[in-house]
Amino acid sequence: MGRKILFVTTDQQRYDTLGCNGGNIARTPVVDALAASGVRYERAVPQSVVCMPSRSTMLTGQYPTTHGVWMNGVPLPVDAPSVAALLYRAGYRTALVGKPHFEPFLDPFGKFTENVLAVQGRETAENQPWFDGSTGPHRGFEHLEFSTHGGAGNLHYARWLSENHPEAIGMFYQVLDATLEVNAAGGGENGAPQVHVNEMPKEWYHTDWVAERTISWLDSLQADDDWFCWMSFPDPHHPWDPPKDEVGRINWRDVDLPAGYPTTSAERERILDAKPRHWRKWYDGELVSNYEAPKHWVPATLTPDQLREVTALNAVECELIDEALGRVMAAIAARGWGDDVDVIFTTDHGELGGDFGLMFKGPYHVDGLMRLPLIWRPAPSAGLDPAVVSRPVGLVDLAPTFCTIAGLAPADWMQGKPLPVHDADADARGIDKALTEWDSELFGVAVYLRTITRDGWVCTAYKPGFVHDGTEGELYNLANDPLQQVNLWEDPAYSSTRSDLVADLWDSQPEPHSPRMPLIAPV
Amino acid sequence: MATLRREIRIHAPASEVWKVVGRPEILHLWFPGLTNCTVDGNVRIIFLGSGMPMPEEIITNDSLQRRFQYRITVPIFKFHLATVDVIDLFDDTCLVVYSTEADPGVMALVIGGATTGALEELRKQFESGVGPALDAVGINSNINSSVAAGGTV
Repeated sequence: MGRKILFVTTDQQRYDTLGCNGGNIARTPVVDALAASGVRYERAVPQSVVCMPSRSTMLTGQYPTTHGVWMNGVPLPVDAPSVAALLYRAGYRTALVGKPHFEPFLDPFGKFTENVLAVQGRETAENQPWFDGSTGPHRGFEHLEFSTHGGAGNLHYARWLSENHPEAIGMFYQVLDATLEVNAAGGGENGAPQVHVNEMPKEWYHTDWVAERTISWLDSLQADDDWFCWMSFPDPHHPWDPPKDEVGRINWRDVDLPAGYPTTSAERERILDAKPRHWRKWYDGELVSNYEAPKHWVPATLTPDQLREVTALNAVECELIDEALGRVMAAIAARGWGDDVDVIFTTDHGELGGDFGLMFKGPYHVDGLMRLPLIWRPAPSAGLDPAVVSRPVGLVDLAPTFCTIAGLAPADWMQGKPLPVHDADADARGIDKALTEWDSELFGVAVYLRTITRDGWVCTAYKPGFVHDGTEGELYNLANDPLQQVNLWEDPAYSSTRSDLVADLWDSQPEPHSPRMPLIAPV
Repeated sequence: MATLRREIRIHAPASEVWKVVGRPEILHLWFPGLTNCTVDGNVRIIFLGSGMPMPEEIITNDSLQRRFQYRITVPIFKFHLATVDVIDLFDDTCLVVYSTEADPGVMALVIGGATTGALEELRKQFESGVGPALDAVGINSNINSSVAAGGTV
């Protein structure tokens, strides 16, 4: 019997929403306890700041350039490499419960396997093609139960809600508006976009559903099974519509404005004007470069009270996740597995959360989106000491880490390295940088960014696009400027630093997927 | 309003490819994600893999220009126009261009994004010489196999 793996992901969660990372709004004692007895990463970086590319990186252990999911709406091929498949072949029982998002959700043609499986109520699809020419269950998962951010649609959670609590389907915020754009409609007490009062009791909410379905699957296993369970919470991604009875946990009026929110419009505009042009253009509502933020919402209209309310609701959702994880951990302990389970907790990307006066996400490679919560609580039986790792690591490192936990050699197609267990381990293995990329092409608007995080710097180079000529960039000193408000890209005093980082950035680019896969859906 | 264009070069004569593209009632035989379609006059109803029927109005079916155009007429579209052009490249190959214009713009991608797969399927059938769309229009698979191998028709 080997070590079991509980892989917990959330969606669009900021680093500073956890108590162990210095957060003081949401109470997250379960994750905090995991961090205290495990390894807490202070600079975990996604390889993409949107869902589909980032989640595909977690599964494949490859950069978006290589696995080919270069933006939301490009599906990960069914036969793409999968760490779950490796684990399944090694004898692990495998499941994914919650939000997958390797394939688009908007699927009127019913083309994508994960949507079809949900519609058909099937646990998985057998005999699917795998990356190595063999076949097996879909992406290596023998059990799949899906949910996303609401009650509409045909995923397993929506079908469960429809069958058991049909009156609740309309209680969620409508994520997309009547034209299928991300909804800009405001709600709550301050009219903030994607905020809504959800009358649903907590027990019907997707966070609890994900935890309960996870526990149910774990209960179906034999005591001596080894297992890999990806428990994927859809929150705290917008909409911010936690169950109404839970909202009172945090009074938005008591919430301080985030440190990254400049309180005057003049200050916000001054900071944004020092960044490449698309920053300010989005703030002013002149350019929407991507689908992931409401097209009809103008960030400059965000008020301090709207931001307080969003921050409070986001924190409520984080607390609900923490409590749900606590129930799963209790179920694991009750099965007698407590000493043999590795828990890895992270998210796919962050949330701007008011930084610079912005919310949601897009082609903005700063800490709000790029500094992620990442906790690895190794199985106590492994005997590893608690640690804090400050060196940059990436989500691309997760798949090889899962292999190592399972006693497998990381596959040669994996591009990351097993996560270091302390800084000296990182230094000994040359783990010193993380790469992030953004490509988007939406109705004539193209944006391309490449970023390196190394030696306390974040450096982003731009390729030519709709509003960029390829000379733009961003350079931030993370120690002196933790909020990334001073762009040093054009500062002559840092030209050698910039040159060194840019050279390393381009030298380190991964092998591209060929042929380039087409964009076939918005998200 | 948004516009989307997908194109593919097919190693088969434009006249042969048009025999398929110009037959609106067999779209489901080369457009993945469609389960069936019916044509009554200038009204076509396509049935999506999700089970949704979608009515369309056929605007143009011009065998001289080898251009086929249709509009989706469900209310979520304020406007929709799809155009399929089969362009002769005069070397026994052709370029098939599938354009989608739609308002709301995002619908261009929701619907038009699937045209990539349709074009790939069309090429696959012609260049392999085998496929239900070819069978439906009576194209001889042996002839098309010779096209795939570099021969001429």
